[in-house]
Amino acid sequence: MKFGTEIVLLSLFAFAAFVAAGFGVDEPFRQHMLVLLIALLGFTAVLLRNTSFAPAVAVDPSAYMDGPIRYGAIATMFWGIVGMTVGVVIALQLAYPDLNIQPWFNFGRLRPLHTSGVIFAFGGNALLCTSLYVVQRTCRARLFGGNLGWFVFWGYQLFIVMAATGYLLGITESREYAEPEWYVDIWLTIVWVAYLILFLGTILKRKEPHIYVANWFYLSFIVTIAMLHVINNLSMPASFLGSKSYSAFSGVQDALTQWWYGHNAVGFFLTAGFLGMMYYFVPKQANRPVYSYRLSIIHFWALIFLYIWAGPHHLHYTALPDWAQTLGMAFSIMLWMPSWGGMINGLMTLSGAWDKLRTDPIIRMMVMAIAFYGMSTFEGPMMSIKTVNSLSHYTDWTIGHVHSGALGWVGMISFGAIYYMVPKLWNRERLYSLRLVTWHFWLATLGIVVYAAVMWVSGIMQGLMWREYDEQGFLVYSFAETVAAMHPYYVMRAIGGAMYLSGALIMAWNITMTILGYQREEDPMPGSVPAFQPKRSGARNWA
Amino acid sequence: MGLMDKHAIIEKNASLLLVGSLLVVTVGGIVEIAPLFYLDNTIEKVEGMRPYSPLELVGRNIYVREGCYLCHSQMIRPFRDEVERYGHYSLAAESMYDHPFQWGSKRTGPDLARVGDRYSNVWHVEHLTDPRSVVPESIMPSYAFLKDASIDVKDFSTHLVANRRVGVPYNDDMIAHANVDLMAQADPSADTSGLEARYPKAKIGDFDGNPQQVTEMDALVAYLQMLGTLVDFKNYDEATGYR
Repeated sequence: MKFGTEIVLLSLFAFAAFVAAGFGVDEPFRQHMLVLLIALLGFTAVLLRNTSFAPAVAVDPSAYMDGPIRYGAIATMFWGIVGMTVGVVIALQLAYPDLNIQPWFNFGRLRPLHTSGVIFAFGGNALLCTSLYVVQRTCRARLFGGNLGWFVFWGYQLFIVMAATGYLLGITESREYAEPEWYVDIWLTIVWVAYLILFLGTILKRKEPHIYVANWFYLSFIVTIAMLHVINNLSMPASFLGSKSYSAFSGVQDALTQWWYGHNAVGFFLTAGFLGMMYYFVPKQANRPVYSYRLSIIHFWALIFLYIWAGPHHLHYTALPDWAQTLGMAFSIMLWMPSWGGMINGLMTLSGAWDKLRTDPIIRMMVMAIAFYGMSTFEGPMMSIKTVNSLSHYTDWTIGHVHSGALGWVGMISFGAIYYMVPKLWNRERLYSLRLVTWHFWLATLGIVVYAAVMWVSGIMQGLMWREYDEQGFLVYSFAETVAAMHPYYVMRAIGGAMYLSGALIMAWNITMTILGYQREEDPMPGSVPAFQPKRSGARNWA
Repeated sequence: MGLMDKHAIIEKNASLLLVGSLLVVTVGGIVEIAPLFYLDNTIEKVEGMRPYSPLELVGRNIYVREGCYLCHSQMIRPFRDEVERYGHYSLAAESMYDHPFQWGSKRTGPDLARVGDRYSNVWHVEHLTDPRSVVPESIMPSYAFLKDASIDVKDFSTHLVANRRVGVPYNDDMIAHANVDLMAQADPSADTSGLEARYPKAKIGDFDGNPQQVTEMDALVAYLQMLGTLVDFKNYDEATGYR
């Protein structure tokens, strides 16, 4: 029977969720288990409808397994739009606080939904599907472990649903970017180990002697995230039938453990993983080899070694001992070099193909991503200098910095990769429309520029207002006055975010039409078809 | 170049690549985090720190649940403007029983490390119910629903036990009286002598203006009113505390 074991196991888990929903010790936990029950029952129903008793069709072991990747590409788009929409909503809540709807849709519950939505749901699915795409093609091997790829995909979606609904119900550990409670953490650990086995297993059965550089980055991302996730989420539940747990560490140790995790969620999830993406899709789209093999070796090892140390720069001038702060600052500044190593390697891959910037909006998107990567990996080390940090910390400057990295680098490189993959995954000749990609590119780029510029102004202004003294030695502004001063910037920031979101909506339309098999009739991109030399009749005739 | 050629060994061996990268990424964490657990001077020696009373802990859990830390820090940096605005800079000792820490990373609203005793209970309730009625510039959401929410815990002693397992010095007496203390702290007519002995400096009384019921509003205000009030800085020696 097809899906026999899966159906039985899912039903058992659904029953366990049912029991937990009845016997849970707190109301949010009971509600959360009800959500889980509905999700598992729905999934069981889908499997039951698709089961068959015919003997299983043998799979061709030499063919790539692209099913989870196709689903992953769609999930990336879907969660991206969800996460970005919530982002625009909370941006508007800061400008117009009456938009808060208590208790479920207050800023404090929606904000983790936005951050986890874009980092783990959008970014995570992008990493999941591109890594499985890349590892098969660079190893010339089918995914390891039969249906393991499907387990990882659906298991990860279940994690997202549980995390997201938990935030709205008020279930959180309050560790930024690691908010899900203990039982959701345990589930993610299981899925993540399966992902590691899937990825490593595929590398081990490769037919290529060398492991391609993109896979180094993906592998280090997977294994480091496993380490960070497990250690940062160590906690003691108050009850095994309740949603509340207490962190294993306290105060200063807890703070550094969290930011060791938090900064490397940036370093490994949002950087190493996406560098893996860059190392495959940029050379493919540009049709050029990676610029420097040696540079990739040096910057790979330097990057993963140095990133781990950078966490304390989130805790400058706090009660963390000075030695740890200074160490974190020093390594953060050093990190600038390997980061730019990656930027140079990515940009210079365009050598000999720079003309494609005019004719290929996908390349343009990837180059813009790398440019933003370079920009934010310069800004980051600068902000980690204690003197600069004393002004920037606690302000919107940090928020702007994060978004130039997240929207500029992570978003744009993912969009580029998906534009590249989708026609290939669905055997389409080309995208529905290249001109819509240009629209997407400009909306996204202008949106980021508005966002980042506005946050620089508001962040620096806020920092300066907090510390401003008059001639008599009194503080000039009350805190409330600095809040009021932010209003116009919060409105403009929401506009920047909405522009970026509208670009993503155009992309979703474009991708949907491509998958459905349509091709828009449109003029080719200017410059992509060689024009005839114009007649020189009007030219000055000296003869 | 010889060294670069040797890299081919790693490139051809997935297990070596896995172990190599795992080793490389563990170093930073071990060097930076591990010493914080054994270096004696990481946490200053101060007087007055005690575990949270049950009602304060419930309030703290509400603070966490509602994501207050996303807009309010609890970490005053040693700068002139911050010390003047918020009070003495924060010590590591002041969050030694905080599982998890609530230092925060963003000040959309002001720092709350020493908000305790700064405003009246009535002000807090009014502010949490309708923030713009007391601070017109505020962009904080309303938390009026806390006034109607009874505290939803069957047996709060399990929470104290969980805290003890991760190192908070709750004694057997505190755990045995957890549920009684939880209700007594917000009940003006209860006998609170035991509570006061177990949790010195605990604020006692009806916090939300509704003596009939112990609500989440009671708990949150009780937590806010004790923030930063435990350590007596008259006896604190800056020089010994510096790390």
